[in-house]
Amino acid sequence: MNIWSWDVFADAFLVIVQGLGITLGLTIACYLFALIFGFFWTFLRRIPFKPLHWVITWIMEFIRSTPPLVQLFFIFYAWPMVPVVGMTLDPFTSAILGLGIHFSTYIGEVYRSGIDGVDKGQWEAARALNFSTRQKWTKIILPQAIPPTIPMLGNYLIIMFKEVPLASTIGVAGILHMANSYGAQYWTYLEPLTIVAILFLVMSYPSALLINKLEKKMNRRFDKKEALNSSKGATA
Amino acid sequence: MIEPIVTFNDVHKSFGDVKVLKGIDLDIKPAEKVAIIGPSGSGKTTIIRMLMTLEQPTSGDIIVDGKNLWKMEKKGSMVDANEKHLRNVRGDIGMVFQHFNLFPHMTILENCMTAPIHVKNEDKSTAKQRSIEMLEKVGLGDKLDNYPSQLSGGQKQRVAMARALVMRPKVMLFDEVTSALDPELVGEVLEVIRDIAKEGEMAMILVTHEMDFALDVADKVLFLDEGVIAEQGTASEVIEHSTNERLQSFLHRFRS
Ligand SMILES: Nc1ncnc2c1ncn2[C@@H]1O[C@H](COP(=O)(O)OP(=O)(O)OP(=O)(O)O)[C@@H](O)[C@H]1O
Ligand SMILES: [Mg+2]
Repeated sequence: MNIWSWDVFADAFLVIVQGLGITLGLTIACYLFALIFGFFWTFLRRIPFKPLHWVITWIMEFIRSTPPLVQLFFIFYAWPMVPVVGMTLDPFTSAILGLGIHFSTYIGEVYRSGIDGVDKGQWEAARALNFSTRQKWTKIILPQAIPPTIPMLGNYLIIMFKEVPLASTIGVAGILHMANSYGAQYWTYLEPLTIVAILFLVMSYPSALLINKLEKKMNRRFDKKEALNSSKGATA
Repeated sequence: MIEPIVTFNDVHKSFGDVKVLKGIDLDIKPAEKVAIIGPSGSGKTTIIRMLMTLEQPTSGDIIVDGKNLWKMEKKGSMVDANEKHLRNVRGDIGMVFQHFNLFPHMTILENCMTAPIHVKNEDKSTAKQRSIEMLEKVGLGDKLDNYPSQLSGGQKQRVAMARALVMRPKVMLFDEVTSALDPELVGEVLEVIRDIAKEGEMAMILVTHEMDFALDVADKVLFLDEGVIAEQGTASEVIEHSTNERLQSFLHRFRS
């Protein structure tokens, strides 16, 4: 028996790419969930009521120090057995919740670092100009807090992408799941799993490069505007 | 008698156990220009920050244009003001900061326009028009589309003044607005303040270490020392003719 067969490779490839949509879809869904839910943690922790702050911090810490796989299993297998609030969820939804909540705690931390990075004087100027609380956030604080965190947020997208295969353990038919079933069916794992690895590499590596670029660009953000404008001024 | 625009009634302020202000009484008339001088740590900034609602007094009342700034009536008794009440009263006050605090993500023009549009619901073209005029007045009509990071300190501070002025406050606060500037840039900023002061109707409170400037612009000078107003009067009374010993030695450091 051959160790490696290109025929199997080609055949498996056609099967496995069918899972690509699910893998990418799940990544995006989890990511959006985490981006939105991250705000929720960040703002809950800002409520100036100490006990609440401690409780939220503790919950976040708990979620972060538990393996995502355990959380996934909990939501999929244990949640339906919880009285009153428990309910059965399909694998895809369970995966969005499980991974989304897990990563939202990290994303929330990223937002916090962004907000802490905004100078205290900006809050005071916003107050002196009599902005409402809402305007202060939308016009002054967030536009300064978010851009510097974009590279970090991008990094989490890649990390999350690589964690998404965990969902195959509860039956979400992404590329890993497809490869596994293919392997089980034809009793050959080498080609299918190689394909999975290649697909992940092909997608994460360029993303990583892109984020690297983005990061450099962010670091030069204000200098750039400067260069742009002063060159304009020079020619005018 | 003219009603004062700002009144402090026995205002105290402590940070933790440290008593910073120990009973400030003060009346400022509309259009009056008041300079506050005094040694470092005497509480000058704290007075201004309480008026801008950046710091809450520990006790006492601050009245702005007849309204109690930090307290409001609720079911017949006075309670701590909520944000809505503060917003209401705060609209009469504007402030220029020592470190400018311009919004770095906005152009100079946007810095000036944003509050009239969003806070005062002015229509965009009016706000733009007024902002441009104000920026021209402070000598920055040619920098409208620049970002703050492209300006010198003196220019930044002039933008900060334009930004506060377009809101048409009744009282304008200046906290050592030239002390973060290179010496050669101080003059241009003081010049703008002089112009604003001459124009008039607005009351101004200026914390400053520029004695000549205070003499020139201020109707009244307060000497703050260890949390109390130790001396007050016309600029010439306080800066040139006072016999208060601590004031004398404080002023001595500025004469060379
Ligand atoms: N947020 C704060 N927390 C604790 N202490 C504070 C705070 N703000 C001011 N202080 C203290 O209050 C005192 C008065 O401060 P303030 O800034 O009003 O002085 P100042 O007269 O403006 O001094 P300077 O000329 O140095 O600006 C100082 O001892 C300062 O350390
Ligand atoms: Mg000060």
